[in-house]
Amino acid sequence: MPAVSKGDGMRGLAVFISDIRNCKSKEAEIKRINKELANIRSKFKGDKALDGYSKKKYVCKLLFIFLLGHDIDFGHMEAVNLLSSNKYTEKQIGYLFISVLVNSNSELIRLINNAIKNDLSSRNPTFMCLALHCIANVGSREMAEAFASEIPRILVAGDTMDSVKQSAALCLLRLYKTSPDLVLMGEWTSRVVHLLNDQHMGVVTAAISLITCLSQKNPDEFKTCVSLAVSRLSRIVSSASTDLQDYTYYFVPAPWLSCKLLRLLQCYPPPEDGAVKGRLVECLETILNKAQEPPKSKKVQHSNAKNAILFEAISLIIHYDSEPNLLVRACNQLGQFLQHRETNLRYLALESMCTLASSEFSHEAVKTHIETVINALKTERDVSVRQRAADLLYAMCDRSNAKQIVAEMLSYLETADYSIREEMVLKVAILAEKYAVDYSWYVDTILNLIRIAGDYVSEEVWYRVIQIVINRDDVQGYAAKTVFEALQAPACHENMVKVGGYILGEFGNLIAGDPRSSPLVQFNLLHSKFHLCSVPTRALLLSAYIKFINLFPETKATIQEVLRCDSQIRNSDVELQQRAVEYLKLSSIASTDVLATVLEEMPPFPERESSILAKLKKKKGPGAVSVTELEDNKREGGELNGGGERGPDTSAMSTPSPSADLLGIRSAVPVGAAPASAGSLLVDVFSEAGPAAVSAAVNDDGFLRFVCKNNGVLFENQLLQIGIKSEYRQNLGRMYLFYGNKTSVQFASFTTTVSCPGELQLQLNVQTKPVEPLVEGGAQIQQVLNIECLTDFSEAPLLNIKFRYGGALQNLTLKLPVTINKFFQPTEMASQDFFQRWKQLSQPTQEAQKIFKASHGMDTEVLKAKLLGLGTALLDNVDPNPENYVCAGVIQTKGQQVGCLLRLEPNAQAQMYRLTLRCSKDSVSKRLCELLAEQF
Amino acid sequence: MQSGRVCLREALEAHFFRGEFSVFIKMQFMLLFSRQGKLRLQKWYVPLSDKEKKKITRELVQTVLARKPKMCSFLEWRDLKIVYKRYASLYFCCAIEDQDNELITLEIIHRYVELLDKYFGSVCELDIIFNFEKAYFILDEFLLGGEAQETSKKNVLKAIEQADLLQENIDFQMRLFSGVMVPNMVSESSGLFQTS
Repeated sequence: MPAVSKGDGMRGLAVFISDIRNCKSKEAEIKRINKELANIRSKFKGDKALDGYSKKKYVCKLLFIFLLGHDIDFGHMEAVNLLSSNKYTEKQIGYLFISVLVNSNSELIRLINNAIKNDLSSRNPTFMCLALHCIANVGSREMAEAFASEIPRILVAGDTMDSVKQSAALCLLRLYKTSPDLVLMGEWTSRVVHLLNDQHMGVVTAAISLITCLSQKNPDEFKTCVSLAVSRLSRIVSSASTDLQDYTYYFVPAPWLSCKLLRLLQCYPPPEDGAVKGRLVECLETILNKAQEPPKSKKVQHSNAKNAILFEAISLIIHYDSEPNLLVRACNQLGQFLQHRETNLRYLALESMCTLASSEFSHEAVKTHIETVINALKTERDVSVRQRAADLLYAMCDRSNAKQIVAEMLSYLETADYSIREEMVLKVAILAEKYAVDYSWYVDTILNLIRIAGDYVSEEVWYRVIQIVINRDDVQGYAAKTVFEALQAPACHENMVKVGGYILGEFGNLIAGDPRSSPLVQFNLLHSKFHLCSVPTRALLLSAYIKFINLFPETKATIQEVLRCDSQIRNSDVELQQRAVEYLKLSSIASTDVLATVLEEMPPFPERESSILAKLKKKKGPGAVSVTELEDNKREGGELNGGGERGPDTSAMSTPSPSADLLGIRSAVPVGAAPASAGSLLVDVFSEAGPAAVSAAVNDDGFLRFVCKNNGVLFENQLLQIGIKSEYRQNLGRMYLFYGNKTSVQFASFTTTVSCPGELQLQLNVQTKPVEPLVEGGAQIQQVLNIECLTDFSEAPLLNIKFRYGGALQNLTLKLPVTINKFFQPTEMASQDFFQRWKQLSQPTQEAQKIFKASHGMDTEVLKAKLLGLGTALLDNVDPNPENYVCAGVIQTKGQQVGCLLRLEPNAQAQMYRLTLRCSKDSVSKRLCELLAEQF
Repeated sequence: MQSGRVCLREALEAHFFRGEFSVFIKMQFMLLFSRQGKLRLQKWYVPLSDKEKKKITRELVQTVLARKPKMCSFLEWRDLKIVYKRYASLYFCCAIEDQDNELITLEIIHRYVELLDKYFGSVCELDIIFNFEKAYFILDEFLLGGEAQETSKKNVLKAIEQADLLQENIDFQMRLFSGVMVPNMVSESSGLFQTS
């Protein structure tokens, strides 16, 4: 079929495209385009009405120009005109233009929607499909508003053509994603599920995407789809390769539909009905068996389609995680792929095995492939495949193979691609820490890490090794000896100097007995590196020196001399100079006892989540580490650093810092200006809490953002996003909370509680139903709160969320943005009334006033929008000064109504505001004033 | 890398506002570009600003073109997975979500190439350049909103041909032009299937 018979060539367009292609330079191209744009513009503006063909041609040219990457700011109206053409190609081009160059002009949207409406009711299936494609391509809120109720009707109507049904299903899916609140569940939903039984495979293929999405959000309502999906799958799997005619793809029956069916089943737990489950297991076994059969074709398309189904089946098996037999078979199958000649298959096998490694049933089976995986790490030519191999080694690591895996990863690091080094370093550090049986191995590993890939060893890693050495006295001597040896190398990485300086400063005494590492030798070794180091490292070394003076009085004279020399005491860097001055003074004035107290050994660090793990999570997204966390809880129970805290919970503040104040020495340097001691360097990391540790009501910012608006995102971290929509009427409100699981891992035991602390429980009544305890990876659940305001209030209700993520309990408390102003009813009044009431509210307690600096721009429109968002009426022509804003409203509570008047006086010059509130109730004035002062 | 992630995130957050959540979107976008890095077709299934689209395209074209022939067809990019395949002078490149099926996406690409091939009669890059609108129409019949709508080759072509039958003004000059005016672009006129 030559192209020539297809379509209606637009000669002018072809000429134009050729011209563009013949342009020798970018400038020539732009010149040609500008000429064309001028031409089109004049045609569109011309007096002569254009015929449909010309209009189509010019719109198409504009589209081409836009797709080349140039801006187009006209032609929308002409494109909309094409929509109402009777000629199919003109309509088609019109729709294409609209879909690609979406425009938010409301008049245009009205016209577009009208045209779509006409086409949808035309009963011409090709026109209907075009209109549905357009809605699906644009998928805007406005379109959802216009068509969300119409499309389900088309989808389930008995007389709708199959092709229209297919478009309608996916169009509805798109609208549901954009505006789930506008697509209302109803009688159509049950009929949609039965589309899984439709005779037309195309209809099933399209409908199943919609069903999958709907059942992720409403699993109960769509439960019946499980058995339907199983029987459909079973029919496909057992069909001969020719049964499905055109839906057979390179001898594989309906691969796309099979994958979608298997994906749908992953929205649900294993079927409870024994017969259904049996049938499904049979399907999965058949799929696994087919993988062993000789291929029906040599084409890669055949094996890809077949394996696509196989991998999806394996995903389902892993999702169920309850059939040991299937899990092990899946693992063996993937093991075969590990050595396949197709790079794609090796990549996928490594990736898929990562998840298998987390199942207790298949963990051991995965481990048997360790040699192959190590080999892949060493020999694969594609860095993305090597990356997968490293991930898998990390996932399959446990106590039995940790030494081997860590050694392999370390040796791989020497030649690894720069792009993955940092991540590899983190992984090695985590594995070494987690599976350390003896801590000398751990110390060796980390020092090796610094030696091999020092540039990629982040602060978290070397902080951590110090933290562990300090917390474990059995390894301190070994650590001191090892760093001392490592520092002997003529060129050692600065990170090694940092670790060395810190450890010798603390524990140098443990090796000082050996004349080869006597105090002076240690000091000279450290000091030989001093001049090559950056300022922070030098600062750390200076702290190590003062510690030496305490540990080894015999080094005092040498060190004082070093401190006293000009390059220290007059160093241009303030931090270094200050340290030198203070340490020198400290060492010469303080008595041995005082010195010993100030420079005492670091106390043990409080136990917390390894900051390295937090960093890796940040880097990889939570999915990547969940595997090991899971293992952690299953097998280890977190035993590093010997269970629990040793010694008192020493807070960061007790870190010995060379504060002169403590000693009563008033030196010239301001006291307390030397906080950046090595100790506090460490403290910095620990103050950056891992994602798991979230304390009470962390969202003050988030809370205040909602004073003048009702919808938005209340909270977000790496795991969870919480969105809010709310509406209020009189003294009642309704709030919709959307909890979105941002990870790919299920949240278990998900519970939320809303509480009204203290006297708030007498002021506000909040009711809610419990939510589903499971939130699947990527899913979103919704909760509705009904709120009643009994009397005025100042506090905010608290929302507590608890759930388990990969075994770790997450606990989070947020302030819910329910504020007193939400219950405002606007009151319109004339100037005279306003001032009369203003005077009536003249008792000093009724007024609250604040003068504050503008923290945002003082744009009039923004201010107005905020004041309206507050819920009051914004009164024009009331204040004699037109710059000022006055508002009035009544707060509705169950018990009483509180009248409120507000005046906001901006002073643009000074960038200040004066805000005055007068309310019939004192406490309300005060609270509103507090809330509002943060808004402008 | 980080900044890109943030931009996608922002776009997605904007949608959260309306309740949307990214995971339900199978394919995020599809790009066709030449060995020279010229974009030939772009289809976006997530709403992004033009600026962001251009940035993504630039980055991705660079990344994919830098890869060697025997490397695997998948790569992690930002928080997405890229599945790509080269047919003669053209790269077909899809972005899918992390948990989506790479192999079936590869075959989505292949089926689209087959559809183009059947429609144009041993398709080449030039066909797509000069008939870009057709390439979009065929794609819309095959994939809608990033999901497979109709996987049967016969049915998709039937839909397109029915549409063609509705047309008047068949212009035969089209093909002549493309052949005459660009005689030296051998690579663009070589059939996509010939070298693959």
